[in-house]
Amino acid sequence: MDIFKDRLLSIENVNTSFKMDGKFYSAIKNINLNINRDEILSIVGESGCGKSTLAETIMGLLNPEEAKVSGKIYFNKKDLIQMDEKELNTYRGIKIGMIFQDPLSALDPLKRIEEQVAESLLYHTNETSGERHKRVLYLLNKVGIDKPDLIAHEFPHQLSGGMRQRVVIAMAIACEPDLIIADEPTTALDVTIQAQILDLLKKIQSENHCGIILITHDLGVVAETADRVAVMYAGQIVELGDVKQVFNNPKHPYTRSLLRSMPQNSTIDDHLYVIEGSVPSLKKMPTDGDLFAPRIPWVPMSEHEEHPKMHELDSGHWVRCTCYKNFYFPDKDGSAV
Amino acid sequence: MWKTILRRLLIMIPELIILSVLVFILSKQLPGDPFTGSINPKASMGQIHHLMKINGLYDPWYQQYWHWVVHLLHGDLGNSYEYQEPVTAIIGSRAINTFWLALLTMIMTYAIGLPMGLYAGRHEGKLQDALVRIYSYATMSVPFFVVLVIGCWIFGYGLNIFPTSGSVAPNATGFFPVLLSKFYHMILPATLGALFATSSITQYLRSGVIDAKNSNYVKTAQAKGVSMNNIYKHHIMRNAMLPIAAFAGYSITGLLGGSLFTEQIFSYPGMGLLFLNAVNFRDYTVMTALVLLYGFLSLLGTLLSDIALSIIDPRIRVE
Repeated sequence: MDIFKDRLLSIENVNTSFKMDGKFYSAIKNINLNINRDEILSIVGESGCGKSTLAETIMGLLNPEEAKVSGKIYFNKKDLIQMDEKELNTYRGIKIGMIFQDPLSALDPLKRIEEQVAESLLYHTNETSGERHKRVLYLLNKVGIDKPDLIAHEFPHQLSGGMRQRVVIAMAIACEPDLIIADEPTTALDVTIQAQILDLLKKIQSENHCGIILITHDLGVVAETADRVAVMYAGQIVELGDVKQVFNNPKHPYTRSLLRSMPQNSTIDDHLYVIEGSVPSLKKMPTDGDLFAPRIPWVPMSEHEEHPKMHELDSGHWVRCTCYKNFYFPDKDGSAV
Repeated sequence: MWKTILRRLLIMIPELIILSVLVFILSKQLPGDPFTGSINPKASMGQIHHLMKINGLYDPWYQQYWHWVVHLLHGDLGNSYEYQEPVTAIIGSRAINTFWLALLTMIMTYAIGLPMGLYAGRHEGKLQDALVRIYSYATMSVPFFVVLVIGCWIFGYGLNIFPTSGSVAPNATGFFPVLLSKFYHMILPATLGALFATSSITQYLRSGVIDAKNSNYVKTAQAKGVSMNNIYKHHIMRNAMLPIAAFAGYSITGLLGGSLFTEQIFSYPGMGLLFLNAVNFRDYTVMTALVLLYGFLSLLGTLLSDIALSIIDPRIRVE
């Protein structure tokens, strides 16, 4: 059996750095990741961990004057990083679709919904305007919009948040891409709508047999939706594995801290667990060593690797650094938990 | 939409009434009278007093104002003290000249300003942008009348390419020669006016382009596989134009203000020159009528701005 048959995208040693005050600062470091057809891979982490940067790197959305990208991102055996705008545009919107975080700002305020959904069809297909119109109505219907002919005629500001996110999804799937990158698709929505949107994504994935990269900071969303999960911290993947592996047997201190700080995992009497400190800003980011070490100061430095590597525990379950081995949470009185 | 326009037009009426009262009171506060300079210098003060009296200029201002309003409602703006002709006739012929000059200036302003702003915004932070910015600041900091005088001196007197006064050559006859001559007389004042009026348009458009190109819908369009050129054409341009549309109608005020300088320096027989003369000669009837006309045009300009904006921006469309 060819294990690469269903491979959609392989990310190899990708680094992205941003130019600030004339110097480049690394935002994501040595990312290695694969995504297969019929799979939802979730990338999870705090704000500022480089999740969106990774998505924009894959899509080639970063301004080359401000960002430097190295490594390889293979899609259909072609390296996306090496492509110029023209070649990239034969993939973007057709083979890879993207769903953005804030559906209001992701839509052009001056154009009707129909025009915006039809835009990728206009540039990537030979359909006539009549066919495009039918296709737009079909797509809007598919993402769960009841009166597509009415909504198609509206402007973005006339729709509710959930409707706008459905429109954004309709735009991303217009050309039935093999891979969909969803960057925090539910962050701007309230909880009931979140669940609907996640169901919709799962439905699209099973109907279109595509792969989805789901970027989120919400572990609940991951548990509910994803097949595999990559935990990112400070631009690195710190833990990678099946959702079951990572949730039932979390290894890396960061993953364990994230899980522990979920409100569902604490009783009413407990204080909510807080990971002390914050993700260092790009300029203050250390270049080597365990980047998470400053946030678990009770763990002696000898526990950390000097140059942390990924270690495979079970098949497909990877964790960075050795500090997970003897990791414990100090409780209020300082005792180990 | 029509309701809004009608409502805006109705709001103009009280605004114009207040404006007319103010102008009326202020113009009467000016020292001097309309007759001293225009009659036989040997005339005695008694004769001037007599003229003032029979023209009703010694009446209290509200009586004069009432008198003026009653006539205005009959379509009569009175006679000019200086020209001894109906005010409507005098203004009518001048207004057309000013209209054409202002229109040409406006067209040229946008023809220069729009490409410059777009270009600067697209190449933000680069040399092209810096050059446009230097030009904008230079034109903003030099007083307009200085430019006109220097331009008139270089191109009119020095190089002798363009006429320096009037709106048409006195010897031009026939439809097309007159038209051509009028155009020829407008070129220099309109070009100078346009070259020095572009800065605000350029800077508004530049910042509009920069805002738009960093917006998320541009990223969305890129993710859809739309080329950058098409994104500029279909998304960025239109969004960047919003502040320009808001500005367009209002720029009428700027043009009218500019025409005061332009027409004075180029002795161009338009409303601006007429207005300055009316003030100098205390030609009350002409002065009041012109200020009202200016006021009306400014209000009309803001209304046009709102209409233009509501046409391109669906978010502020009024039901």
